[in-house]
Formats: sequence, structure tokens, C-alpha cells
Amino acid sequence: MLDPRQSIIAIAYVFSAVLFIFGLKRLSSPATARSGNQLAAFGMVVALAATLLDQQILSFWIIGIGTLVGALIGTYFARTVQMTAMPQMVALFNGMGGGTAALVSVAEFLRLSRAGETISAGEAASIALGTIIGAVSFTGSIIAFGKLQEILPGKPLQFPLQRLINGLLLLSMIALGFFIVIGSAGTTGLWGLLALALLLGALFVLPIGGGDMPVVISILNSLTGLAAALTGFVLHNQMLVVAGVLVGASGTLLTLLMSRAMNRSVANVLFGAFGAAPAAESGASSTGNRSIRQTTAEDTAIALAYARSVVIVPGYGLAVAEAQHTVRELATDLEKRGVDVKYAIHPVAGRMPGHMNVLLAEANVPYDQLLEMDQVNGEFGQTDVVLVVGANDVVNPAARDDPSSPIYGMPILDVDKARNIIVLKRSMGHGFAGIDNALFHDEKTRMLFGDARKSLTQIAEALKTA
Amino acid sequence: MSNEVVLGIYVFILAIFVGFEVISRVPSVLHTPLMSATNAIHGIVVLGAMLVAGSADTLLLKVLGFIAVVFGAANVFGGFVVTDRMLEMFRKRDGDRNA
Repeated sequence: MLDPRQSIIAIAYVFSAVLFIFGLKRLSSPATARSGNQLAAFGMVVALAATLLDQQILSFWIIGIGTLVGALIGTYFARTVQMTAMPQMVALFNGMGGGTAALVSVAEFLRLSRAGETISAGEAASIALGTIIGAVSFTGSIIAFGKLQEILPGKPLQFPLQRLINGLLLLSMIALGFFIVIGSAGTTGLWGLLALALLLGALFVLPIGGGDMPVVISILNSLTGLAAALTGFVLHNQMLVVAGVLVGASGTLLTLLMSRAMNRSVANVLFGAFGAAPAAESGASSTGNRSIRQTTAEDTAIALAYARSVVIVPGYGLAVAEAQHTVRELATDLEKRGVDVKYAIHPVAGRMPGHMNVLLAEANVPYDQLLEMDQVNGEFGQTDVVLVVGANDVVNPAARDDPSSPIYGMPILDVDKARNIIVLKRSMGHGFAGIDNALFHDEKTRMLFGDARKSLTQIAEALKTA
Repeated sequence: MSNEVVLGIYVFILAIFVGFEVISRVPSVLHTPLMSATNAIHGIVVLGAMLVAGSADTLLLKVLGFIAVVFGAANVFGGFVVTDRMLEMFRKRDGDRNA
């Protein structure tokens, strides 16, 4: 039988696990999502408060000061970060979590060895794995953060014998891990394992291009979840196992969804170094010098003003130009004229899945106007005007029609089915995949070149007199 | 294998099913907040850091425990606060944001 204090802790843990699950469940609709997050946060408070009752804790000084410092740092960044910088924010917090898991595993091993307790093989394996996964997630996330924040170059950094070196690192880690499990490596072995894992995390992410970082973050997120679950095994704490696995499962699912939306396998993202050598063989080179038709802001305004239905397709170019608010103002003006305005969001628009929705929500666009790819693709046939703002590869019909295209098979928005298409673009430059876009040469397409925000402002001005 | 390990494996596997089931219902509109919220949840590992820091009896363990608590707390607080900031912005057509 547990003593009363242990029972209270155990019950509190069960309660907070339930709160986590209910919180995540409420994230399935924008209407309830905020309360879901708050429910999960409450679950966290319950779990942390219960932990403080643990008799193993002799001094509260380090815990108190550490929590205060961490909370201040975390809250400061969370309050001040720009919404466009969300991917690197998630990467940074994820690295913190991974670092915590690795440190807890190492510390527990040191404590057990010093106390002269026998460490079971299961415990030792959990400690070794928790150390490896946590440390890889820590340095990997820091490198991902550096790339997204443009402290490090975004293009894939490759070095000679890279796969061989990574392979050797992995092999020596497995060997070292084996000796730790059979109990003949001691604390020096574990420190060595920590160092190797930290190195591997950095070397593993460096060769991956900046455009693929969101997938990497998603993988690292699930790895940190797994590391947390492993520390649960080390500390005999089921709460950590449940919460860690929930995160591991969600990260895995998101990773798969993202790679599918990009039409690439996870292995291709991790080892392909996409963008290292731009897809020069660009199959559809026959479209190379076909003509394009330009238009003006005034003509665009007239086309929009007399349309019955308009669908706006925002891409990352919109976020780069910080034109979310301008586009929303234009949409409001159009709605006042009785035009039906919707937004079509590709799953990988922006720099992480669902990123564009956050950016538009920030600009006060109501979420019932944001349509997902499957919802909107059937509607393009009845749409008078599609306004593409800073999107490229996700509206390229070659992904659907041209088997020789490098992006063939990637799910796209069927923009070319609409009656008129107006593309706002900075220049004829290529998208992330570095290939030509047949949509720009379509007879129904008009191009309006220039900075997205300036163009949108000009259209809004012209609309007043249209 | 001890009972405890078997129990742990049970919990581990059942939690995988719960995780997939709950998360597959989240629409792509909310994938960024979802990633951010789960990111905050794995900050739960801070409770391991608290146990380490609270029971540390050597300088090394105290230092390790302190760094772990700082990292973990930053993960938890930052994660939940930034998710709340994002979700606060999701509004329906009529509800005007007052921020």
C-alpha cells in the first residue's frame, strides 16, 4: 500500500494526464482550441504541484529559482515573438525540452552509480536512450533555430564523408550504449555518449535545407516527446510516459502529413539535401519561353469589383511582404460591395503546417473564411477570380499533369480551373522547388509584378473609384 | 521483467493509440498551434528535473538539476503562453478582436 502522500501524487498525475488528453481533444476545433490549451496548461500545473509533494525533494531552493528563471525567459520570448517567426520559436522551446530530458537521464545515472545502487538493464537502457534522443533533439533544434533565424546559412551545408561520419557516430553510440546497459561503462561512458549524441544532432541537421526545417522540427518534437517518455521509465513515473508518448504520436503524425503534402518521403527530407543542387533537369522546359500577360492594379481592381466570387490564395510571399493586413482590408472592401471572398490555404503554405492560418488570424481574418485544400478544390470551377498572392509551387498544375516534373504528385490547389487568375508576384523567379510554373503562361492568367503589399494597396486604392 | 516495467510498456502502447486517435481529428487550420501545444506538453519532463534538483547532494548534480529546471520551465511556460497567443487570434466573423 502506498503512503497517503504517494497516493495523492499518483491521483494528481492521473488527473493531469486526463486533462492533457481532453485539452488536445478540444484542439480539434478553432472554437474550443484556446480552452483546450488552457486545460492542458492547468494539467501541467497540477502535475508540477503534485511533484513538489514528493519526499525525495529535500530542498526547494534550486527548484524555485530555476523555475522562476526559466518561466521568465520562456514567457518573455513567447510574448514578444513575431507570428512569422513561429517555426524557430517552436524549435527553440523544443531544444530546451530535449536538453532537459538528456540532463535528467545523466543526473539520474550519476545519482544511482554514486549511491552504489544496482542499475537494472532496463533502467540503463532507458537512461542511455533518453540521453541520446534528448541530446540529439537539443543540438538539432538549436541548429534548426539558427537556420530559420538566418544566423546560419539556410542552404544545405554538406561536408565530405558526411554519411560515413554520421554512420560511425551512430555505431559508436550503439556500442557505448551496449556497455552502459551491461553495466561495464560507468559514468565516463555516459558522458562520452552525451558528447557523441550532441555532435550527431548538429551534424544531422546541418545538411538539411532551410525549406525543410518545419519537417525537421516536427520530427525533433516527437523525439523530445519520446525522450520525456524514456525519463518516465527511468524515474518510474507513468505521468511522464503518457505525456511524452502523446507528443511523440502527434509529432509522428504531423511529420507524415507534412511530407505527404510536399510529396516527399521523410527519408528524402532527412537525407536528400533538397535544394543543394537545384532541380536543373526541370522536365517541363518546353514552357520556358512561352509568353505571359501582364496586368495593372486598376484592371485587377475592376476584375475583382465586378466578380461574384473571389478566392485569395496566400503563399509565404504574402507573409514576407507583411501584407496580411492589407489583403484583409482589400477583402473587407470587396465584401462591402457584395463579393463573396474566401481564402484557400494549402497545407504547407507558410513555414510550418497551418502557419498561414495563424498569420491570417493575426490579421483578423475570421477562420470560417479559411478553406482547406479539399474543401476549396471543388469550388474553383465556379470562382470568377482567383487572386494568388506570393504562392508558386502549390498552384503549379504541373504537379497534377506533368509526370516529368520534380513536384509531380504533390497535392495542389486547382487554381487553373477558375475563370480568371491574377498572380501577384515579385518577379518571374522560381519557387522553392526551382521549377517553371505553367499557370503563369495560362491564357486565363494575368501577372501583376511588384511587392505584394504595394500591389495590394494600389488595388485597394483603385477599387475606391472602380 | 518486473511488473513495473510491464505496466510501463502497457501505458506506453496505449498512449500511442490515444495520441493518434486524438490528434488525427485536429484540422490542418490548427496544426501550428497543435505543434506548439504538444511542444509545451513535453515540457512535463521538467518534473523529472525538479526531482533531480530537489534531491541533489553534490555540486555537480545541483548544477545539472538547476540547468535542467531552467530549460524545462522555459519549455513549459513559453510553449503554453505562445500557443495561447496564437489561439486568441482565431475568431469567428462577428467577434471583433480587442487587442
